[in-house]
Amino acid sequence: MKVIYILWLRQIKRYLRSKPRMIGSLGQPLLFLLALGFGFGPIYQKAGEGNYLQFIGPGVIAMAIIFTAIFTGIEIIWDRQFGFLKETLVAPSSRFEIMIGRTLGGATVATLQGVVVLLMTLVVGFRPTNILLLPLGLVFMLLTALVFTALGTAIATQLQDMQAFPIIMNFLIMPIFFLSGALFPLESFPEAVVLATRINPLVYGVDGLRGSLVQGAHLGLVNDFFILGLITLALLALGSYLFSKIEV
Amino acid sequence: MNVVMAIIEVRNLKKNFGEFTAVDDISFVVEQGDIFAFLGPNGAGKTTTIKMLTTLLLPTSGEVLVNGNNPVKEQNKVRHSFGIVFQDQSLDDELTAWENMEFHGVLYGVPKATRRQRIEEMMKFVELWERKDELVKNFSGGMKRRLEIARGLVHHPKILFLDEPTLGLDPQTRNHIWDYIKKLNQEEGMTVFFTTHYMEEAARAAKRVAVIDHGKIIAAGSPDELKQQTNKESLEDAFLALTGRSIRDEEVGSVERLRNHRKAWRH
Repeated sequence: MKVIYILWLRQIKRYLRSKPRMIGSLGQPLLFLLALGFGFGPIYQKAGEGNYLQFIGPGVIAMAIIFTAIFTGIEIIWDRQFGFLKETLVAPSSRFEIMIGRTLGGATVATLQGVVVLLMTLVVGFRPTNILLLPLGLVFMLLTALVFTALGTAIATQLQDMQAFPIIMNFLIMPIFFLSGALFPLESFPEAVVLATRINPLVYGVDGLRGSLVQGAHLGLVNDFFILGLITLALLALGSYLFSKIEV
Repeated sequence: MNVVMAIIEVRNLKKNFGEFTAVDDISFVVEQGDIFAFLGPNGAGKTTTIKMLTTLLLPTSGEVLVNGNNPVKEQNKVRHSFGIVFQDQSLDDELTAWENMEFHGVLYGVPKATRRQRIEEMMKFVELWERKDELVKNFSGGMKRRLEIARGLVHHPKILFLDEPTLGLDPQTRNHIWDYIKKLNQEEGMTVFFTTHYMEEAARAAKRVAVIDHGKIIAAGSPDELKQQTNKESLEDAFLALTGRSIRDEEVGSVERLRNHRKAWRH
């Protein structure tokens, strides 16, 4: 437990100490919220779908979470480059605990970031329909954060440096984000594509978050919850296995 | 009666990186309570050997026992038995000096009271206690080095690995640290396994020495034995006689490049 705690604490401290990173990672969701929210709003309304801000709100929160989560997960590469990874690797603690601690820390950071974006959406005019369901929204935020921190960490164990990072961004993270239903409904896609998006973990994160903040979960909140939970566990197991195989 | 036990046993250890053989069929024994210097020119295979002894790298073949355990199969038992100071930096720059120590102590399961007391003791010893709450990124190279040495000793390991520990330290600090390491060696029987390029340091501190070159151990014994063997006055001359005078290539410092790169991105 202590090992998990100290690794968690390390992530939190690093986050709180890097203000530029904190502010910088808010820029992207804010841009999407304002540009798309106000840009597409009228069109969305004309199409008879209602208020676009209410739709995109949960989407940009999810966005802030997955990007922060992936980044904190991938930080292992920095640890490797700057030598700190070795300190963790020679330590006599279980790799699973190390993995859990790191992931919880990264996920907490990503969730905090999501909360900040939630507050921003409120300022812009997003209104959760049921305040009582807000805690459930937080649960989905945390689960989404866990999935993507674990994914980022698992990927990072396989990389030597940041060279491959743009590839991961463009061929994994961007498709995951754009095909998650965060920015537009997926239902208008051909059925085959809709089915294909069901392997995308973020689909469940966005669906769950939207379901708890403004209603309208297509897949069911219970399904969302268990699927995200299972993916988290699977990625944690995979991540700690890959972590235990790291050689430096 | 003196029963001397081997604390590190290496038999026919080999490590290939693709075509290149970094460590080529080496065997040696380090006795408990020894101060053992592992010497060799750049790229000779010292660090690769240390990595295999400390569970960071899997050997291609051969057998290793550290404190009676196999670093491949009984990783955590081996990890419990040693402390290590790496050749290149392994501190977290974004944490304070004290936090780095605390992190280490917790990872090694040192109980809180003992941990706090030892951290203070060690940090006072390397004269960093006054600056315990400063971020490590503001430390000079020498201060980071001292902190790493202090950190490696927090859990009172049975074996201490030091990979060029005194690089970049002034003679005062170097002597200060060696005095302490020798004290731990005498009082607690801590075995010390170290590499260095300062032959004088090896001659002064080491009870036994092994010289490795091109992945093979080419000489082993006490510093005096090595001098006799080569008919030289000093260990440095003996070393040069054994390894020749050609200058070796060293791996490019990718980390240094990256560090500069990172700096460019900040502020």
